[in-house]
Amino acid sequence: MKELWELFSVFFRIGAFTFGGGYAMLPIIQREVVEKRGWASDEEVIDYYAIGQSTPGIIAVNTATFIGYKKKGLIGAIFATLGMISPSLVIITIIASSFMHFKDNQTVQHAFAGIRVAVVALVVNAVVRMWKKSVKDLVGIILFILAFLVIAFTRISPIIIIFVSAATGILLSYRGAVKE
Amino acid sequence: MIYLYLYFEYFKIGLFAIGGGLATIPFLQELIQKYGWVTSQELVDMIAISESTPGPIGVNMATYVGFQTAGIGGAVIATLGLVTPSVIVIVIIAHYFMRFAEEPLVKAGFYGLRPAVTGLIAAAGFEVARVSLFNLQEYLDTRKILDIFDLKAIVLFGILMFVTNKYKKHPIIYLIAAGVVGVIFKFG
Repeated sequence: MKELWELFSVFFRIGAFTFGGGYAMLPIIQREVVEKRGWASDEEVIDYYAIGQSTPGIIAVNTATFIGYKKKGLIGAIFATLGMISPSLVIITIIASSFMHFKDNQTVQHAFAGIRVAVVALVVNAVVRMWKKSVKDLVGIILFILAFLVIAFTRISPIIIIFVSAATGILLSYRGAVKE
Repeated sequence: MIYLYLYFEYFKIGLFAIGGGLATIPFLQELIQKYGWVTSQELVDMIAISESTPGPIGVNMATYVGFQTAGIGGAVIATLGLVTPSVIVIVIIAHYFMRFAEEPLVKAGFYGLRPAVTGLIAAAGFEVARVSLFNLQEYLDTRKILDIFDLKAIVLFGILMFVTNKYKKHPIIYLIAAGVVGVIFKFG
C-alpha cells in the first residue's frame, strides 16, 4: 500500500508540474523516478517514451503507466496513471468553472511566461543527459539531427520517425554495425 | 446516459489518437460535429488553456470537454475514458517488453530509437523556446532585428542554465522560481 501511494504521489507531482506536454515532464521524471528512487534507468525512460509515442494514448500517461507497471504490476500501472491525471482534473475543473478570470489574469500569464523559460532550460539539460546515454556513434548523431529537424520544421508525424529509426537500428544490426 | 457517451467517445480517442495530446484534436472536432457538446470557439480556448496549464495536454482537454458537457462527473468520466486504453495497451506491451528487452532484435531497434527520441525531445524544447525566448510576431511588425529576441526571457534563460548546472536542485524549485521572476518582471 505504501508503494502504491508513493507511485500515486510521485506521478501527481509530475502531472502538476508538467508545463508544455509530455516531453516537458522529462526533467522531473529523471529526478523523481531515476535519481531519487531508481525505479528505472535513463535508458529505460527513453525506451518508454519511444513506446509511449508509438502506441495509442497520451505519451505522458503511457510513460506513467509503464513505470507503474514495472514497479508494481497492473495495480501499480493504475495508481501511477491516476496520479498523473489527478492534477489536471483539479486544475482544469477550477479553471473551467471560472474561465474568464483565468484567461484575463495578468499575474497568471506573467507567471506562465516565466515558467516556460525554465521549461526550456530544464529540457535542454535533460536532452544533454539523454544524448550522453543514447547517442553512441555517427548513426546516432544522424538520427538525432533528422528527428529534430523533421519535428521542428515539418508536419510529419513523430510516429514515422519512431518506425524509421527502429528499422534503421534493426537493418544496421543485420549488417553487424550495432555495437553491444 | 451522457456519462456513457463521454466514456465511450473518450475511450475511442484514447485508443486511436497515437502520439500525444495534439493528436486528439481532429477527434475532438469530429465530436463537436457529432454531438455539439462544445462550440468551435470553445475548442480553440480549450486548446490554449490546456497548453498553458500544468498536466498533459490531452488529459487537460478531456477534463475540459467532460466538465463543459456534464460537470465534475463528466470531467472524471471523460478523463478515465481517455486513459483506459493506455492502461490496457501499455500493460500488455510492458509485460512482453520486459520479457523480450534483451532480445538482439529489440535491442537493435532501440539502438536506433534512442537517439531519435532524444531528437524528438529536443524538438519539443525548441518549440517551447520559440514561443518563450523569441518574439517573431513583434519582429514581423517592426522589422527591427533586435525585436526577435525577448531579452528579459533570454537573460533568465542564461541564468537558469548556469544555476541548474551548478546546483542540482529539484526541477520544481526552478519552475516556481521562474514563475515568481515572471510575475515580478512582467514576462510575456
